[in-house]
Amino acid sequence: MANMSPRKNEMPCQDPEVRAGNFDEVALGYTEEQATDEAKRCLKCKNRPCMQGCPVGVRIPEFIEKVAAGEFEEAYGIITDTNALPAVCGRVCPQENQCEGKCVRGIKGEPVGIGRLERYVADYHNTHKESAEEPEIKKNGKRVAVVGSGPAGLTCAGVLAKKGYEVTVYEALHTAGGVLAYGIPEFRLPKKILKTEVDGLKKMGVKILTNVVIGKTLTLEEICDEYDSVFLGTGAGLPQFMNIKGENLCGVYSSNEFLTRINLMKAYEENARTPLYRPKKAVVVGGGNVAMDSARCARRLGAEVTIVYRRTENELPARKEEVENAKEEGVVFHMLASPVEAIGDENGWVKAVKCEKMKLGEADASGRAKPVPSGEYFTIEADCFIVAIGTTPNPLIKKTSEGLEFDKKGCIVTDESNRTTKEGVYAGGDVVTGAATVISAMGAGKTAAESIDGYLSGK
Amino acid sequence: MNKIVKKEILNPTVTEIVIEAPLIARKAEPGQFVILRAEENGERIPLTIADYDREKGTIALIFQTVGATTMKLSKLGEGENVPDVVGPLGRATDTEGFRKVAVIGGGVGCAIAYPVAKKLATLGAEVHGIAGFRNESLVILREKFEKTCAVFKLMTDDGSVGEKGLVTDALGELINEGNRYDCVYVFGPLIMMKFVAELTRKYGIKTLVSMNPIMIDGTGMCGGCRLTVGGETKFACVDGPEFDGHLVDFDECLKRARSYKEQERKEYEKTCKLFTEEK
Repeated sequence: MANMSPRKNEMPCQDPEVRAGNFDEVALGYTEEQATDEAKRCLKCKNRPCMQGCPVGVRIPEFIEKVAAGEFEEAYGIITDTNALPAVCGRVCPQENQCEGKCVRGIKGEPVGIGRLERYVADYHNTHKESAEEPEIKKNGKRVAVVGSGPAGLTCAGVLAKKGYEVTVYEALHTAGGVLAYGIPEFRLPKKILKTEVDGLKKMGVKILTNVVIGKTLTLEEICDEYDSVFLGTGAGLPQFMNIKGENLCGVYSSNEFLTRINLMKAYEENARTPLYRPKKAVVVGGGNVAMDSARCARRLGAEVTIVYRRTENELPARKEEVENAKEEGVVFHMLASPVEAIGDENGWVKAVKCEKMKLGEADASGRAKPVPSGEYFTIEADCFIVAIGTTPNPLIKKTSEGLEFDKKGCIVTDESNRTTKEGVYAGGDVVTGAATVISAMGAGKTAAESIDGYLSGK
Repeated sequence: MNKIVKKEILNPTVTEIVIEAPLIARKAEPGQFVILRAEENGERIPLTIADYDREKGTIALIFQTVGATTMKLSKLGEGENVPDVVGPLGRATDTEGFRKVAVIGGGVGCAIAYPVAKKLATLGAEVHGIAGFRNESLVILREKFEKTCAVFKLMTDDGSVGEKGLVTDALGELINEGNRYDCVYVFGPLIMMKFVAELTRKYGIKTLVSMNPIMIDGTGMCGGCRLTVGGETKFACVDGPEFDGHLVDFDECLKRARSYKEQERKEYEKTCKLFTEEK
């Protein structure tokens, strides 16, 4: 008999006041009882609407049935058939727009907590895996290079390794993970979880070469010569600035720089060498998850934080949960406003951000109401100003290779199978779509891996 | 992991290390740099490639001990590993098509000036070199410059060796003697590059300055290295490190370079203390 409670089992969380002072994970994860109880809320719909919402097609009702029966390793096996990074997805996927958004239990109440269950299963496996057997993989002798070790690259590498390909992943930074390492903070995705997932790939024989920049250390042509096929998952790493006066003042950061100092370089830790400015008053501009992450990091460094967004709360692109978490932690939201100038002191350090009030106009190309300047201004005192208004693909490969087609935003053009215009080269994730979500990048990595397999099997 | 195959103390504050880095050595050109970490929890710092040997697969780095990371790096010995080195990053120095040039180095900046002077000389340009140091004990690469440059002027602040004066004095003199340079290259402290650029502006001589701002990734990802050039924001790591010295907003660069002065000083002192205690 299904559990007919209209509400999800609540996620145990660190108290907002406590967590605003540390970088430990906010959500603590279900207990076994909560997990099996939540799993029983699934109605096992025949047409499986939840699966249609999943970019990687996890067989959701099947794994949930195993959770309900307490067979967690079996559940893990079902998830990892199609999802290489369940512990990551269970934490950072926007489930409300995907699987859970399609769940019929959501019509009269809350959907099944699919993400929370996925996380539980992955964490269960990771704490019990000594006993779990690693399957033997038969090598097929073909070699694939994956450029970028973010969610798209890691997924592509995982799928291909399982099929017996010899996979080498190239990463420009000193640590694998891409945005999972430098972008998403510890309190949302503990780095030891990322490490476990990466170690899992290494165990499957995936070779990860850090400190290699494709387009500099090696060119795309050179790796094309060396491998049977190449996947480009280089992401959207180039920060956009607002091009307003005072943006090069000290204390003004791209969200990439601010988050990289904290997440990749761990600059907030006592024994880390990377310097970090601990702001007293921070202004973050932007309304996406990256803006929320930046604001919540600044909060944890002890700052009073204001998020400035040019539309209203209804249009915020960030996950609802992240917005709520930020509010609980004391982040202030200033809607319908857009920075027009960063004002500096005599030492060239930012001291205030001047903003213009906005009004909502007619819907623009994105379908959202367009913010319209009002001509009214106000200033917010700030010794730190973080620009989190989006990122675009890094042009390094574009500048140093031939045969790839790019669109006018600098994104690589591919067909539906993630094939580029260059023979044997596939691409996916943010470098194709522009900045999007972890799971959509993973979906693309998976599709590309299947396409590469098709391409090389025919050879 | 990149093994240190050779280490030489050039002067009390400047060290040269030669490290195994075959992929970087294969591609490196004068003016390009690497980013390295000197220890596991270390920061990423940019260092310009001073020399490379494509056959041996090694690169040379010359650095001054100015902070915690360079201090730590200077303590690594031959046979030990630098944990992370990535490169070659940035654009190579524009050296094509000049007949007569002046190459100016200030302090440890001479380590970058020298390979550029060498490359220009190889390409057939008449190279005039100017190297400036605080005093005799800090002089590096003198013989190499003398061998490469048609004219070489060594300047020290206190006159303990060479001529007493600044590099701008030497450059002004050379210009007044009737030397017409197609380009002046400047490698050194921001303030020195600023004053050289102000001097050459008067004479309308093209001037390239090598910027070395705070950087994290070195691939265009963080934007920490941004500077204003001719009213436009540029990233030193991918658009540079060399820029038209007459267009760079040096005052902004000077302020940005001081962003972490206090934290850097504390880290440096902590590291110094650590090494003193170890002894």
